[in-house]
Amino acid sequence: MRTEAIAWADVIPSPVYLDAATAAPLHPVARQALLAALDDGWADPDRLYTQARRARQLLDAARAAAAETLGVRPDELSFTASGTTAAHAAVLGGLVGRRRIGGGLVHSAIEHSAVLHAAEQHVARGGTAAGIPVDRLGRLDLDAWSEAVAGPGVALAALIAASHEVGTVQPVEAAAAACADAGVPLYVDAAQVVGRMPVPAGWSVLSASARKWGGPPGVGLLVVRKGTRWESPWPADEHESGRTPGVVNLPAVVAAAASLRAAAADAAAEAARLSPLVERIRARVVAEVPDVEVVGDPDHRLPHLVTFSCLYVDGEALLHALDRRGFAVSSGSSCTSSTLRPSHVLEAMGVLSHGNVRVSLHRGTTEADVARFLAELPGIVADLRAQAGVVGL
Amino acid sequence: MTAPDEVLDCLGQRCPLPVIALARRLPSLPVGAVVRVLADDPAAAVDIPAWCRMRGQEFLAATSSPDHTPAYDVRRVH
Ligand SMILES: Cc1ncc(COP(=O)(O)O)c(C=O)c1O
Repeated sequence: MRTEAIAWADVIPSPVYLDAATAAPLHPVARQALLAALDDGWADPDRLYTQARRARQLLDAARAAAAETLGVRPDELSFTASGTTAAHAAVLGGLVGRRRIGGGLVHSAIEHSAVLHAAEQHVARGGTAAGIPVDRLGRLDLDAWSEAVAGPGVALAALIAASHEVGTVQPVEAAAAACADAGVPLYVDAAQVVGRMPVPAGWSVLSASARKWGGPPGVGLLVVRKGTRWESPWPADEHESGRTPGVVNLPAVVAAAASLRAAAADAAAEAARLSPLVERIRARVVAEVPDVEVVGDPDHRLPHLVTFSCLYVDGEALLHALDRRGFAVSSGSSCTSSTLRPSHVLEAMGVLSHGNVRVSLHRGTTEADVARFLAELPGIVADLRAQAGVVGL
Repeated sequence: MTAPDEVLDCLGQRCPLPVIALARRLPSLPVGAVVRVLADDPAAAVDIPAWCRMRGQEFLAATSSPDHTPAYDVRRVH
């Protein structure tokens, strides 16, 4: 049995998961909290009996913990069914709350699709939306932003804290100052920074997603600061201060809050560990893979994420080839998307969209994982180019 | 818009094929020649200008023929 297992391990490489920006592996604290809360937190927190009171305690404690980690008041924070739902509620609720001011939404061109889809619905219902460009590194054009938010009838501005596709950290505080001058509330989609980096100041509405920090899938956070004119875009419902309809998945919420506290406590140390690994990937990919473009801001970036595009390589073929060698990554190439369109983020930056790979690290990623990825990548790309007959072009 | 010296029909091809076709053809044309790439994969709108930037060739314009076929004009500069 034993020798057989070893021989098998030689053939199938051990898996290296490098897609934390989609979903980080469950944090051990989340797992522990989830299991405990499954036994203890199944009752409806709104009922008037012992089991319900226990559930209510768990929910209140989770809210208090998450609020404390984010530095907000517990009554400002609601749990949602995902980061996507939180983003939808943030955008649509911010627009509904200020509909008397006007129907204008200003957003960066590189928002998450959840924000863009909410914007599309707003436009389909007669509102307007202005997408503000970014430069080649994926940095917001602050002059265009400031001019747009100062325009007439702007109800809400939306800015992603850091790009989930290329890692570029956005100038949130400067963008917030422009919004404050214009009297326009700012919504920040902080899904990639919460639990990893300090959350920038100046926003009125914020959203996040637990699976990005090692919490369970299917939990989002929506924070609406006191005094913000925000109105629920959903049919009336009393849960979560009326901000998100339906009962929350309490065991998952408890796990999300516990793991958020743990992730935030380790965030600085993790960033200091992962950032040099990302730096190594950035440098070695350029040095060892011909005709590759590493995209995103080299300095003002997320600590755990790096994206590059390989000329003449089909993105889907590259993902499959990497998967066969045990590497899980994602891609913004059109052939890997259900819509067959290239990533709007790469498009807005004007960078190569085919042969695109996003690598994102997590607390389980080791230096050896990165070393193996870097050792195998040049050969995998070279093989694909040889098969396509594009060597030397 | 001046007429191109050569037209590459990449309609129906998915990226990176139109870019590969351009990379194969352009070096065989004289310096200064203009190639028009017809490509309906939306990724071509991003990837053809990006290829020109990476290779130091000149991206002239995204054009559209009367039947709305997306087309991209590139001039060989070296
Ligand atoms: C920046 C950003 N916003 C929103 C979301 C949506 O979160 P969820 O996957 O929890 O719906 C994601 C993740 O996909 C993200 O990266």
